[in-house]
Amino acid sequence: MAILVGSETRLLVQGLGRDGSFQASRTREYGTNMVAAVHPGRDGQKFEDEVPYFSTVANAVEQTGANTGVIFVPAPFAMDAIIEQVDAGIELVVCISEGVPVLDMVKVMEYIKDKPTRLIGSNCPGLLSPASKAKVGIVPGNIVRPGNVGVVSRSGTLTYEAIAQLVQHGMGQSTCVGIGGDPVHGTTFTDVLELFQADDETEAIVLIGEIGGIREQLAADYIREHVTKPVVAAIAGQSAPAGKRMGHAGAIVTGKAALASEKNKALSEAGVHVVESPAMIGAKMKEVLGS
Amino acid sequence: MNIHEYQAKQILDDFGVPTPHAEVASTAAEAKEIAARIGRRVVVKAQVHAGGRGKVGGVKLVNTPEEAEQVAASLLGSRLVTNQTGANGVPVEKVMIAEALDIKDELYISIVIDGDIGAPVLMASTEGGMEIEEVAEYSPEKIFRVAGDPLIGLTTYHARDIALALEVPAGALRATTKLITDLYRVFIENDCSLVEINPLVITQDDQIIALDAKINLEDDALFRHPELAKLRDSNQLDPLEQRADKADLAYVKLEGGRVGCMVNGAGLAMATMDIANAAGAPPANFLDIGGSADQGQIEEAFKIIMADDDVEMILVNLFAGIARSDVVAEGIVAAAKETNATLPIVVAMRGTNAEKGIKILAGSGLNITGAPDLAGATVAIKQKLQEMGGSN
Repeated sequence: MAILVGSETRLLVQGLGRDGSFQASRTREYGTNMVAAVHPGRDGQKFEDEVPYFSTVANAVEQTGANTGVIFVPAPFAMDAIIEQVDAGIELVVCISEGVPVLDMVKVMEYIKDKPTRLIGSNCPGLLSPASKAKVGIVPGNIVRPGNVGVVSRSGTLTYEAIAQLVQHGMGQSTCVGIGGDPVHGTTFTDVLELFQADDETEAIVLIGEIGGIREQLAADYIREHVTKPVVAAIAGQSAPAGKRMGHAGAIVTGKAALASEKNKALSEAGVHVVESPAMIGAKMKEVLGS
Repeated sequence: MNIHEYQAKQILDDFGVPTPHAEVASTAAEAKEIAARIGRRVVVKAQVHAGGRGKVGGVKLVNTPEEAEQVAASLLGSRLVTNQTGANGVPVEKVMIAEALDIKDELYISIVIDGDIGAPVLMASTEGGMEIEEVAEYSPEKIFRVAGDPLIGLTTYHARDIALALEVPAGALRATTKLITDLYRVFIENDCSLVEINPLVITQDDQIIALDAKINLEDDALFRHPELAKLRDSNQLDPLEQRADKADLAYVKLEGGRVGCMVNGAGLAMATMDIANAAGAPPANFLDIGGSADQGQIEEAFKIIMADDDVEMILVNLFAGIARSDVVAEGIVAAAKETNATLPIVVAMRGTNAEKGIKILAGSGLNITGAPDLAGATVAIKQKLQEMGGSN
């Protein structure tokens, strides 16, 4: 079993502009069961002649039984799209949109806190389980292989880099989860670690963090107490100076805890195999698994 | 986005937060007029997007309008170099002339988003005038925090708790409570990423006044504040950062670097900087070209890197998901030819159309070394450094 997505995934895609349509095509090519497309005003039409369009998420869910939603709408409308999916009862909502105002995410997190929906993102690459051909988001399907390493990351392309390194060293992935680079985001490292720990298919975990915040330290605390599977970690931004935002809204050193060195230390002390260079993720995992 | 102190003061005024009587001047003559109008001792403050200006002569107390004129004349048109700027400093194009107050006590207050709890957090301290990081390090018990409720906001009783913790005089309690709630509204209603008043002062006659004002606006929310977006002053940016800003590229100039980096994705860009550093060649910049850059942006990105005198070598690391490697390669070749680039370029290219991109680069006649991945790039950089004489 993979985590969060699998053969039972019934995917709804919201926001089919240029990027959304491109990604929806890749998602279907990969083999994911996309059951609904939501784009106001296209009722009655079909995406790629097969997937019905709906103007509202509620209608789409009622007609198709969609249980997972992915959001590609422009950032100013992302809060609304997330809430619309939550209100429609979707179990897993993945928000890819980049540049969502942080105060919108603050409201979203408050809104969903007592609801059954799990949110991933915003500003994330989404997730993918190779064995069940389930892809929700933008992780390229051609770089992954089925296997037993779970990958969780704050970054997009650095996740691809880690996946490529694993594949190069002969290791596939159970599920790859990009949790996103925004300071306020849904599912955290800790949430995903809990799922990987409970997942039979996952034997080991790669965790990719960044400068900024204290989420890596919280992950370290959780690993020390609850994770028995080996974890390899890399933190990007060791050479980043304080006070300069490195692209991601969350990637800025504002205090001591936000430093890569502090995160490395916390993870090492929790028994995590921390690589000094992000080029060594695959090699280190191979060494740890002795394969 | 950073804004100037005088612009931040205007926002505070609009929200009813008490500030000193002050006006902004672009010439020394204006500075003199304003000082005369205020009619007492004034402080002349250089308007720059950098902290630490007080330590380098950017803030001066003067007694007469003539002195204000002199100080303004020396500041205006100069570049201020502080511990927060690069060696080139930042230009002083305006000065603020503010009435000098008789201060009894200096306090600190700020509001930021705490991503780890997912809410705005207000921090206050009795140690005004000091760097809050220092207070946090040496006397954390002097910092008081309260989180705003995402839906309700900051309640008055929370604001009063903070005012009481700051031990303001009884006569100033009500005004301080109001000031704290108003500051919180400033933060929320303008989509700020930082509101910091340091110092917040109690005057000899027990008035509470925001003596300084630092406001950062959240870039991602500027679309709903068109009037605030106009406050952008790109002259305060490093010239290369200014060019990148215009081309809509995420670029940060780094001091003391040697390798120009061009990468797609923020995390991979940081990782690339890290491996360059580990290979013995510190990165000269952070640059994320993003997923949907067109050839024009790629060309400009490359030219920006080339325009940086610190750059001795270029490292391109592309893992194309949305981005297309061939478009990036075409952009690099076009820009390199135009600028007659002879610097060594190490390229790792994977993902969408990578073979095509590598082919374009290989056939370009440029000084290019291919690398299969990050580890390969590390080896290639080390080798290039050796060829260049391993100079440090």
